[in-house]
Amino acid sequence: MPARPSASLAGAEIAIAVLAADAAAVAAEAAQLAGVARVLTVENTANLHPLAAVLAPQIAALAGPFTHLLGPSTTFGKDLMARVAGLLEAPQVSDIMAIESATRFRRPIYAGNAILTVEASGEGKVVGTVRTASFEAAAVGGAAPIEKAAVSVTLPTHTRFVSVSAAKSDRPDLQTAARVISGGRALGSAEGFKILYSLADRMGAAVGASRAAVDAGYAPNEMQVGQTGKIIAPELYVAVGISGAIQHLTGIKDARTIVAINKDGEAPIFEVADLGLVGDLFQIIPEIERLI
Amino acid sequence: MKRILVGIKRVVDANVRIRVKPDGSGVVTDGVKMAINPFDEIALEEALRIKERGGAEEVIVATIGPADCQQQLRTALAMGADRALYVQADGVVEPLTVARALLKLIEREQPMLVILGKQAIDDDNGQTGQVLAALWNRPQATYASKLELSGETARVTREVDAGLEIIEVDLPAVITTDLRLNEPRYVKLPDIMKAKKKPLDTLTFAALGVEPRQQLRLVRFEPPPQRQKGIRVKDAAELVDALRKKGLL
Repeated sequence: MPARPSASLAGAEIAIAVLAADAAAVAAEAAQLAGVARVLTVENTANLHPLAAVLAPQIAALAGPFTHLLGPSTTFGKDLMARVAGLLEAPQVSDIMAIESATRFRRPIYAGNAILTVEASGEGKVVGTVRTASFEAAAVGGAAPIEKAAVSVTLPTHTRFVSVSAAKSDRPDLQTAARVISGGRALGSAEGFKILYSLADRMGAAVGASRAAVDAGYAPNEMQVGQTGKIIAPELYVAVGISGAIQHLTGIKDARTIVAINKDGEAPIFEVADLGLVGDLFQIIPEIERLI
Repeated sequence: MKRILVGIKRVVDANVRIRVKPDGSGVVTDGVKMAINPFDEIALEEALRIKERGGAEEVIVATIGPADCQQQLRTALAMGADRALYVQADGVVEPLTVARALLKLIEREQPMLVILGKQAIDDDNGQTGQVLAALWNRPQATYASKLELSGETARVTREVDAGLEIIEVDLPAVITTDLRLNEPRYVKLPDIMKAKKKPLDTLTFAALGVEPRQQLRLVRFEPPPQRQKGIRVKDAAELVDALRKKGLL
């Protein structure tokens, strides 16, 4: 649970918990993060696949000395941390985008159409999920001690991992890529997305998709960018044939530079784009590829 | 009896462009169209399909909130739920309180499955299903895009960041729905008339033995910061030039 050092939690002692069947490699990596005081490992074959129902009681058992329990706002973190909050009967602050003090946090609501500041009482623990796109990644350069933590809780067997399938890709990871090209419904088909893959490979970019394109079956669900998909903050975001529904814009608002390419000059995406180009994407995308 | 309990929430309709009140105390809801939270509508649809396939005998829909929430319960009954449970509550009701109340309903109704939306589109907390599963000490299968029941287990396909994950859970369990699980049906007029005769029980936190607790104070609501409007370029060449100047290519 990488709690990113933040001005207002400065001075907090940060521990990272690594729950795994074999924790050595990840623990060694975690120990190098600047600002981390110690790494706690819990090794158990039951932790081979991350199942919230199995991990949560172990995290709750480790929670004793900590005031804050943080995880990432990914499907993994959101699934897990709320179960931890339930076990601890503690409040959870979801999607933390700013930390104002040890008890005060800012988070988006209504798909990012409003920002809410919430305050915990200061008594008891606070559980949170952190929007990683809103914070700088911790630097490396630390050398925290790695300790085996003893956790004696009975783990449930009522939840079992079967499989996970993900399209294998050599492209950068969508959530951490510096450049992302996303396509919308205007791509017209899964076939249509190929021009984006081609340009992305030329640029070393990851490929994303709007909810409309995923719903239409043009791209798999893990490519969805937006409030109900992935929230990303690349250096460069190129929205191709995406009209710019609010829930999509929520997913890209922290991008450094947004480029919009759309045949409809009135599309809402142009309201947020740093660079806009009105025209036929099927001509423009191959042309860009030729020019770079 | 094999029952499914579905929790729903009344929220501002997904198509409404919300406005933050000038004094920062909340979001304008007066005179604004309200609806069943879309993910909860998907939860109800899934429960109805399971029942229609013979996998359950009764679908119960429940909500917690002010009196107006009963409108959404009536809509859910018109969609096909058999009966409704309404728990009166005013003001902020946090996920832990909702989960405690749902747990009391579970103890009364003994459902084999509880289906909830993965999050409400107003507060976007996305916690209630997981908190409930923790309190109930039962499995959770969140972000479900496919649900297959067989005997005492359910096989659930989950939309996770890596792709699609399949897990198997023992029943009873809590399922939370993602967008692509199904497409909810439209309510037909004759069903709205019929729904008026379906049972709707009113309950209170006191009667359920739940003490509502607010652990997070809502300090301030603000509109999001606006991005500066950018510039238009005329063609691909000009775009590539502009990106090169910014050091992005």
